[in-house]
Amino acid sequence: MSLLEIKNLHVTVGGHEILKGIDLKLNAGEVHSIMGPNGSGKSTLAQVLSRRETYQVTSGEVSFNGKDLLAMKPEEAACEGVFMAFQYPVEIPGIGNAYFLRSALNAIRKYRGEDEMDAMDFLPLFREKVKLLEMDEKLMNRSLNEGFSGGEKKRNEILQMAVLQPKLAILDETDSGLDIDALRIVAKGVNAMRSPERAMLVVTHYQRLLNYIVPDRVHVLVDGRIVRSGGPDLALELEEKGYSWMETEARPTAPASA
Amino acid sequence: MTTAIANIDHYLESFTEFEKQAGDDPRWLKALRETALARFLETGFPTTRDEDWRFTNVSAIARTRFSRAGKRPAGLSSADLGAWKIPSSAAQLVFIDGRFARSLSTLEGLSKGVTLSGLNEQVRKQPAAVEAHFGRYVDIRRDPFPALNTAFAEDGAYVHIRRGTVLSEPIHLLFVSTAEDTPEMSHPRNLLVVEEECQATVIEEYISLGTGSVLSNSVTELVAGESANVVHYMIVREPEETFNISTLRIEQARSASVASHSLLLGGGLVRNNVHPVLRGEGGECLINGLFVGNGRQHLDNYMLVEHASPHSSSRQFYNGILDGHAHGVFHGRIVVHKDAQKTDAKQTNRNLLLSDDAQVDTKPQLEIYADDVKCTHGATIGQIDENALFYLESRGIDRVSARRLLLSAFASECLARMRADAARAHADELIHQHLLSVGNTLSEGSAEPGRPTERTWEEVG
Repeated sequence: MSLLEIKNLHVTVGGHEILKGIDLKLNAGEVHSIMGPNGSGKSTLAQVLSRRETYQVTSGEVSFNGKDLLAMKPEEAACEGVFMAFQYPVEIPGIGNAYFLRSALNAIRKYRGEDEMDAMDFLPLFREKVKLLEMDEKLMNRSLNEGFSGGEKKRNEILQMAVLQPKLAILDETDSGLDIDALRIVAKGVNAMRSPERAMLVVTHYQRLLNYIVPDRVHVLVDGRIVRSGGPDLALELEEKGYSWMETEARPTAPASA
Repeated sequence: MTTAIANIDHYLESFTEFEKQAGDDPRWLKALRETALARFLETGFPTTRDEDWRFTNVSAIARTRFSRAGKRPAGLSSADLGAWKIPSSAAQLVFIDGRFARSLSTLEGLSKGVTLSGLNEQVRKQPAAVEAHFGRYVDIRRDPFPALNTAFAEDGAYVHIRRGTVLSEPIHLLFVSTAEDTPEMSHPRNLLVVEEECQATVIEEYISLGTGSVLSNSVTELVAGESANVVHYMIVREPEETFNISTLRIEQARSASVASHSLLLGGGLVRNNVHPVLRGEGGECLINGLFVGNGRQHLDNYMLVEHASPHSSSRQFYNGILDGHAHGVFHGRIVVHKDAQKTDAKQTNRNLLLSDDAQVDTKPQLEIYADDVKCTHGATIGQIDENALFYLESRGIDRVSARRLLLSAFASECLARMRADAARAHADELIHQHLLSVGNTLSEGSAEPGRPTERTWEEVG
């Protein structure tokens, strides 16, 4: 059984159909990448999987770990093991980074019937991950993402992922806006989390990130459909030729839109 | 109209009776009361036609026949008030229906530089010390409520801190109303004199142990001497049957630094007037507040900051959280007098509306007569940020807890401006306890895309 199985997923936002029948299987231990031009529906897919309510699923099924993911609220999905690293992490003044992360970890532990972690137990775990992401520990006493640079925000997302240890990690354009050093650090953090029990879905516009996080499969999303799937070489081909040839290629097979 | 006039007459009756009881009071005090009553009778209660009262309708006060709270046999013991003690306060003065209750107060172990007593006791013991300041700062011509307070001024707190005294623990003034069946009024009158180079914190807190309708109309005159550092807290925690009108008039000498923190966490109709005058050069004033309303509460904050000398600075920060049908008001007026060059004044009011029926009116008003000043003001009105809410939920935190976290984060901006001490710990506890009462109705419709969720304005003058 696949960890994540998406069948014929259709999603609309504000009356516009964005995803037009997505099929995807992701097994534990695998890393898949979703690539595609702007507006192809990549981020929509990521958001639907993390259960953002503004997206309306009109048909299709998503099973996660054998359960109906589309019936879950965002916090339930998180507690079941879904994690999305945001493309645009939110700044929340007044909530400390470390406090927030411990609250999240405890919410998940509670859901699973585990004991909550007190600050003393949490601190060593937290420090270890802060070190992995090469972050300044002083930042962690500040408010959540407040005043963080773009790179610091993205690293903070991976830090949260490293602490929360999800079954499915979705990275939504985590590479965008990162300089090469930050990109390496982020990739190191992600690679440290690759394991036979965990699956990852790496959503990206550019191939660059995939030099560092090498995927098992690459899927190309164009206009709400996966138009091609292949091995890591597909990403290199896209980098060379761009998306336009695939958009043209995709057109004849696409049914006329309503 | 006729009922309003009839009720004004009723204040005259109450006053005549009060005058008889207070026959031994010094002549200057009696004269002041008479002038104040005459002024009140002349103006009556304000209406929404008055610019300063545009958003606050006090006709419910004008309609109600409040009688002066009687002197009841003290039915309360110190144990009854145990829950309202602040751990590690320097002293606690308790006032029952506006009158100082020495037997319920804790005044031991105070430093030599401090005199604490009831105002009435002090008027008897040292009338000159009271006369030197009483009524010299608050303007009874500008606002009818201080006029009414002055007419009925009988008791309250007298705090005198002598030159160079540093108090690290707060002085707690606890005002308890006990009205049961008939509507009662009290007019607490506080005089806080903090001399040069002192450091002190005073907490004024209003609670109710009765179930009746109460008008609590207080006036506090706070005099901060040169280079004094004074922190004042106004905490309103009364039930919805209460009308709480308070006026804090601050007079700041050269280089004095004063912080006023207001927490409006209760009351049915609340009007919180804060009026500092930065009289001496180089003064600093922080006016910080949080108002949290639900049900049909009306919480009005009227700020008037006067810069009267050069090089003074003021900072106003008010955060409001309104749920249910609650109505909040922030009126921030800054007056920079002609000679007050190099004034630096800033004003920010941020509001969160948690329901479609909650309302807030925010109004800045700058009057600048000097030409070399920096004044900025800004306000925002918005809902809980859906993006922030989703971010927290996506990490496993349920919607109710996520909302609580965001509300407490919003409120903690106000806490962050308080000096870390016993008073802040008290404020922190009250705020977090009170926040449990709002944001419990989850409106599903608030996530509609395309709906304008925030209004913002900012100007620099």
